[in-house]
Amino acid sequence: MDNVPPDDTIICRCSDVTRAELRAWIAHGLTSMDELKRLTRITMGPCQGRTCRHLVMQELAAVTGQPLEELTPSSFRQPLKGITLGAVADWVAKEKQEKEV
Amino acid sequence: MKQQAEVVIIGGGVVGCSIAYHLAQNGMKDVVLLERSYHASGSTGRCGAGVRQQWGTELNCRLAQGSCRDFETLREDLDYIADIEFKQGGYLLVAYTPQQVEQFKLNVALQNSLGIASRFCTPREAQEIVPHLNIEPLMAATFYHRDGHANPFHVTQAYADAAKRLGVEINLYTTVTAILTAKGKVTGVRTDQGDIACRVVVNAAGGQAKLIADMAGVEIPTISERHQILVTEPVDAFQGPMVMSFHHNTYCQQTPHGSFIMGLGDPREPQGQEIRSSWQFLKDMSDKITAMLPPLRNLRIVRQWAGLYHMTPDKSPILGSAPELEGFEMALGFSGHGFMISPMVARLMAAHILTLTHPDLDILQRLTVERFTRGDLIIEPSVV
Ligand SMILES: Cc1cc2nc3c(=O)[nH]c(=O)nc-3n(C[C@H](O)[C@H](O)[C@H](O)COP(=O)(O)OP(=O)(O)OC[C@H]3O[C@@H](n4cnc5c(N)ncnc54)[C@H](O)[C@@H]3O)c2cc1C
Repeated sequence: MDNVPPDDTIICRCSDVTRAELRAWIAHGLTSMDELKRLTRITMGPCQGRTCRHLVMQELAAVTGQPLEELTPSSFRQPLKGITLGAVADWVAKEKQEKEV
Repeated sequence: MKQQAEVVIIGGGVVGCSIAYHLAQNGMKDVVLLERSYHASGSTGRCGAGVRQQWGTELNCRLAQGSCRDFETLREDLDYIADIEFKQGGYLLVAYTPQQVEQFKLNVALQNSLGIASRFCTPREAQEIVPHLNIEPLMAATFYHRDGHANPFHVTQAYADAAKRLGVEINLYTTVTAILTAKGKVTGVRTDQGDIACRVVVNAAGGQAKLIADMAGVEIPTISERHQILVTEPVDAFQGPMVMSFHHNTYCQQTPHGSFIMGLGDPREPQGQEIRSSWQFLKDMSDKITAMLPPLRNLRIVRQWAGLYHMTPDKSPILGSAPELEGFEMALGFSGHGFMISPMVARLMAAHILTLTHPDLDILQRLTVERFTRGDLIIEPSVV
């Protein structure tokens, strides 16, 4: 995003989003977690928001004046942490083999 | 919310927002856009983000070509505050059967005749373009270096922001519940936030466009169909082009952000509004993609999701007026490639609604819904 003041505080480590950038998008009119995550990739990295979700919600609550309890958290997806495409492909190959036996 | 407008657009995806922008940009003062959720919450935000010009019909080639030109300067033209992440790493389309090879030859001839400088490649040449491509069973490929990727969220937001600056009223979290009509004409739209009187409604409701058409009593021959997709962790750039196979019904591209996005068309997918994702997709996708692009084995899957394709019988979109209801305009049935052609679709829809001239207006005229009753289908052979 343009014209974001430098601010070293990184809110989302996976996607490298600073507090200043987050605030700029909120000021631009994005008022929900869902919108923010889609435009900034915040909470969308490998950790699936485990470290930053709460920080983002606090920012949203502070800037919009909405109470924290009233903010809808974005749909939480199970982090498929550790699963590679290869591991799933091997699983499929094993299944096929078992079917043949 | 306004109670009266010249045009009401239903749908805040890329199609609705780009039409809103081009209407306003051409001087229409009083445009209202309604979106039941937030921008790009429908198919647009769930899509594969691919932008290709290598199509099999003249109309799709021209729509994609003009749109690509728009993407190249979109950020500046719309004066947008962020990057739309437009990347032109090319598309490599791969063929595995003699029939596909024949189709590709026809496609390349057509594309070249329209100024799309795609080229036919041997398997070896294909491997020079994507070194980690498994060329074992491959027969041929085609490549165009100016195809690529753009970020659908930012493209949509860019159009929405620009439309707003030109005076378009955008109402998010506003659901259309009825189309008001009298004597065969549109008179307004009912929403959960009240009614808006208007003489023109644009149905740009994506996977829900058929439900909106039903509200208006307008018949369209379309179905919604689930399509699934996944994204991996970001890694250093090592794949420039999108790799797409009509044989395996797969596509796979590395985004500028470093993640790989990949999807799969599956005839067993359910019709309707179902968009939960399945374990079966994860298995099929992993199986096919690791055979085609072996080094992708090592990538971790971060997320999978699904969205709707809104399919027409010939897999080309439906644009323009509904014959049975005056003032009911349509931009729907994109059959899985509405993002990449939205800039041109919007230009043509705006020209059509405002009765302006446009050198490509013949495209819209040939894509009206009447083509199905005339039997004049525009069958697109090259879709996943
Ligand atoms: C998995 C997948 C991969 C894809 N890959 C690509 C690709 O690589 N390239 C490409 O070009 N295309 C791709 N597509 C297709 C592309 O996503 C669509 O063609 C395009 O986004 C359609 O845009 P739209 O604005 O018409 O629809 P949408 O983005 O669905 O917008 C319609 C909007 O209307 C709203 N709406 C619905 N009903 C109502 C109502 N009653 N009241 C108010 N609002 C309402 C919805 O909330 C929605 O936001 C893909 C699609 C999927 C599902």
